[in-house]
Amino acid sequence: MNITLKIWRQKNAKAKGQFVEYPLSDVSPEMSFLEMLDALNNKLVKEGTDPVAFDNDCREGICGMCSLYINGRAHGQETRTTTCELHMRVFKDGETISIEPWRSKAFPVVKDLIVDRNAFDKIIQAGGFISVNTGSASDSNSIPVSKAKADDAFDSASCIGCGACVATCKNSSAMLFVSAKVSQLANFPQGQVEAAKRAKNMVAKMDELGFGNCTNTGACEVECPKGISIKNIAKLNREYLSAKLSD
Amino acid sequence: MNKLNSKIPDGPLAEKWSKHKASIKLVNPANKKRLEIIVVGTGLAGASAAASLGELGYNVKVFCYQDTPRRAHSVAAQGGINAAKNYKNDGDSVYRLFYDMIKGGDYRAREANVYRAAEVSNNIIDQYTAQGVPFAREYGGLLDNRSFGGVQVSRTFYAKGQTGQQCLLGSYSALSRQINKGTCTMYSRRDLLDIVVVDGKARGIIARNLITGEIERHGAHAVVLATGGYGTIYYMSTLAVNSNASAAWKAHKKGALFANPSFIQIHPTCIPVLNDYQSKLTLMSESLRNDGRIWVPKEKGDKRLPNDIPEEERDYYLERRYPAFGNLVPRDVASRAAKERCDAGYGVGDTGLSVYLDFKDAIKKQGKEAIEAKYGNLFEMYEKIAGTNPYERPMRIYPAGHYTMGGLWVDYNLMTTVPGLYAIGEANFSDHGANRLGASSLMQTAGDGYFVIPYTIGDYLADEIRTPKISTDLPEFEASEKEVLSQIDKLMAINGTQPAKSFHKRLGKIMWDHAGMARNEEGLKEGIKLINELEKEFWTDLKITGTKDELNQEIEKAGRVADFFGIAKLICQDALNRKESCGAHFREESQTEGGEAKRDDENYSYVAAWEYIDENTAQKLHKEELTFDFVEVKVRSYK
Ligand SMILES: Cc1cc2nc3c(=O)[nH]c(=O)nc-3n(C[C@H](O)[C@H](O)[C@H](O)COP(=O)(O)OP(=O)(O)OC[C@H]3O[C@@H](n4cnc5c(N)ncnc54)[C@H](O)[C@@H]3O)c2cc1C
Ligand code: SF4
Ligand code: FES
Repeated sequence: MNITLKIWRQKNAKAKGQFVEYPLSDVSPEMSFLEMLDALNNKLVKEGTDPVAFDNDCREGICGMCSLYINGRAHGQETRTTTCELHMRVFKDGETISIEPWRSKAFPVVKDLIVDRNAFDKIIQAGGFISVNTGSASDSNSIPVSKAKADDAFDSASCIGCGACVATCKNSSAMLFVSAKVSQLANFPQGQVEAAKRAKNMVAKMDELGFGNCTNTGACEVECPKGISIKNIAKLNREYLSAKLSD
Repeated sequence: MNKLNSKIPDGPLAEKWSKHKASIKLVNPANKKRLEIIVVGTGLAGASAAASLGELGYNVKVFCYQDTPRRAHSVAAQGGINAAKNYKNDGDSVYRLFYDMIKGGDYRAREANVYRAAEVSNNIIDQYTAQGVPFAREYGGLLDNRSFGGVQVSRTFYAKGQTGQQCLLGSYSALSRQINKGTCTMYSRRDLLDIVVVDGKARGIIARNLITGEIERHGAHAVVLATGGYGTIYYMSTLAVNSNASAAWKAHKKGALFANPSFIQIHPTCIPVLNDYQSKLTLMSESLRNDGRIWVPKEKGDKRLPNDIPEEERDYYLERRYPAFGNLVPRDVASRAAKERCDAGYGVGDTGLSVYLDFKDAIKKQGKEAIEAKYGNLFEMYEKIAGTNPYERPMRIYPAGHYTMGGLWVDYNLMTTVPGLYAIGEANFSDHGANRLGASSLMQTAGDGYFVIPYTIGDYLADEIRTPKISTDLPEFEASEKEVLSQIDKLMAINGTQPAKSFHKRLGKIMWDHAGMARNEEGLKEGIKLINELEKEFWTDLKITGTKDELNQEIEKAGRVADFFGIAKLICQDALNRKESCGAHFREESQTEGGEAKRDDENYSYVAAWEYIDENTAQKLHKEELTFDFVEVKVRSYK
C-alpha cells in the first residue's frame, strides 16, 4: 500500500504547530498503525529529519499510553480499539490519513502527538481510592459481594486512562473517566464509606483542572476503547447529589 | 572474600520470616519523616512499596518512564495471581505453594525466600480486595479461583483477562492516596541513568527528564529499584516496547552483582511473528491451556487447513509426552516441546514456526457461551491481531521471550551487594529459580512491595537516622552526572546512518538464535562474537536526530540499546558457564535420551552472581551454594 500521512508537528509546548505531509510507500496491511509510524520514523531518522514523537508502550491495548486522533476520531475508526491495536488492513491504498494529538485545554501538547495527561492522575489523587493501609485488611471472603456487583465494578474498572473520552467530547469533559472510578468503588461495601466524599472531591478537582461540563452528548461512550458505559455518569450524578445534599 | 551473605535467618522454614521480622531493627515514627527513600518503578512492586513506605511515614520519591505510574508493564498481566488461601478446599497450603515454586523453578531458588513469598501471598489478596480490586466472584459472592499452568490445585485469583491491570490500579490507588497526603512525590517521564554511590552506600540517582532533557540529581538515604525485567533483550517479546535493562545494568556497573542472567522464560502461548515489521509479540494467556488443546499434524509439512485435518492425523504432542499434566505442563516444557516439533518440520503456518491451540472440543463440551465467558476478550484480541476467528479455527501460537528470572542479586532483606540499594519485583533474582510458574510473579512483586521491603528496609535505615539529608552537591553526584552527560554526547556525536531501533532489532535476533530456547557452547560463543561486532557498528554508525535538551525519543532508545549490549553478553557468558540444563535454561549438551532437560546438581546447585570489573575484563563469578533443608531435591517430572 502507498499512503499519505498528514501529521501534526509541534516542536514543544510553546511552539506553534502545523500539519506536515509525508508520503509513505510499501505499507503492509499486516502492520499495526504504530508499526507503520515506526517505518515512517525509521525513514525520517535516516534522512536526518526529526522523527514524529508519539506515546506508546504496551502495544496491546492495555496500558492506555497510545493516544492518536486519526482521521478525526480518537483511536481511529474501529470501535473498541486502541491506536496500538489498529491495523493497516482497515485503510485503503492511496488514502490520506490525518494524525493529530488529543485536543483539550486540560491535556496540553508536549511535542508533536504527545500530550500531558497528568490531570487524570490529579483527579485520582483527589479521591480515587479506598483508604486502607497496607496490612490492615481482613480476610477477603469476610465481605461477600454479589457477582453482579463485582462484574459491574469490573466493567467500570477496565478504563485504561487513555483520555479518548476527553479528546472526543466537544466540552472536553472528563466525566466518563471520573464516573468509571466512582462507580467501580461504590459497588463494594468497603468503597461506600467514602463514596459521597469521593465523588465530590474528584468532580471538584476535575472542574479545577479545566475540564468542561458534561452535557450528555454520549460521544465519549462511542469512542471509548474499553466500552465504558455512560450509565456510569448517571451513577456518579447520584453519588454527587447525595454528597451535596449532606453538605 | 565471599561477597554473598544471603542473611537467611536460622530456624524452621515456617518460622524464619516471623522471627526475622520480630528481631530486625525498627525506625521510630519521628525519624521516618527525616529519611528519604527513592523508589524507581511503579509496577506492582514499586507502587506497592512506595505507598506502603509512605504510609509508614518515610519521605518517598517515586520515578517511572511512562507519563503516569498506572502504565507500568504489570498492567499487561492477564492470567492471575496466586495465593495459598485454599478457598477451594483442594488441599492447598503455604507449604504446597512453596513446594510447587521450588520444584517449578527446578531447584535453583532459595528455600527461605520462596517460602516467604508463599507465606505473604494471602495478605496480598486481602489487601487488593480491600482496595476495591474487582476479582472474579462466584454466585455466592465469594472469590473465585482457577488453576494455572504447572500445578494441580486451583489457587489463582483473577479479574477476567486483566488481572495485572486491576492489581496495578489497586497499587496505583494506594500510591495516589499517599501522593495526595504528601508522603510520596511522583516524578514521571524520567529515565534512570545512574545510581550514585557515596562511601560505598547508595545515596541517590541521576535521571533524565524526558520532557525537557534536563539531567537531574536526586538524593536519598536508600534506593529501591523496581524496574521490572529485561525480556526486551530479544527485541520481540511480550513486554512493553520501552521496557529495558538500563536500571539494573547501571546498578550492576556500580557494584551490584547480577544473578543468573541467562534464566529467561520463554512463554509458550504467544501470537507468532506474522510480518517483518512486527514490534512485539502478544501473549495469549496461558489460562487458555486449561481448555485449549495443542497439536500439530502428524504428517510433516501438511499444508491443509487445520479443520480439514482429521482427528487421527493430529498429534496432541503434550498429551502424548506428558500424560499426567498434558496441556498444563510448565512453560519451559511446553515451549521446548513446541520448538522440538517445529524444528522437526511439523510446524504450521507460512513460516512453519507455530502450532495449533484448538478449542473445538471445549466448545463442543461446554458450549460457546461458557468459552466466551472465560476467554472472550482474549479471543477478540487474537482476532484483531491475527485476523482469524478462534471460535472457528484454532489459534496459531509460538513461544516468545517473556520473563526474566535472573536479576540483581539480593539477600533475604532484598538488598543488593551495594548497601542501601534494594531490588524488588522482577528486577531481582530471588524467588523463581530457573523457571517461573504462572501467576506467581504478580504474587512475588506485590509481596515484595507490600509486605517485605517495608519491614526489611527499616533494618538498614535504623542505622541512618543520624545521616542528614543527602546533598546532591557531593562530588559523587557531580561525577555521575558528568558521566551520564558524556555518554549522551558520545552517542549523539557518532552521527552515522542507522536508528537505534534497527540495532535493537538485530541484537534481538542474535539473542533469539543463540541464547534463546535452546543453547549450546558453539552457538553462545558465536553469539558473543556477533554481539561484539554489532556493538562496534552501533558505536560507529548510530544516528540520533535532534538535540539533547528536548523530548527526544531517539536518545532514550539509544541509551537503552547501549546498555542491552552489556547485558546480552553477560547472558551468554552465564549460559556458557552453566553446562547443565535446568528450568528455562536448556543446554543441548545436557539432555536425556528422551530429549528432557538434564540437571547437574553436583556441579551447578548454585546461584551464579556476576561482578562487573571494567569494560575490558571478564566479569567475575561468585557462587551462592543452594542448600535444600526442607524439600527433597528430585528430578522434575511431569510425565
Ligand atoms: C504480557 C504479560 C503477561 C503476564 N501475565 C502474568 C500473570 O498472569 N500472572 C503473573 O503473576 N505474572 C504475569 N506476568 C509477569 C508480571 O506481570 C511481571 O513480572 C510483573 O508485573 C513485574 O512487575 P514489576 O513491578 O517488577 O515491574 P513492572 O511492572 O515491569 O514495572 C517496571 C517499572 O519500572 C519503571 N522503569 C523501568 N526502567 C526504568 C528506567 N530506566 N528509568 C525509570 N523507570 C524505569 C517503569 O516505568 C515501570 O514503572 C506477565 C507479564 C507479561 C509481560
Ligand atoms: S473512559 Fe474510556 S476513553 Fe476515557 S480514559 Fe477510560 S478508557 Fe479511555
Ligand atoms: S500502547 Fe498501550 S494501550 Fe496502546
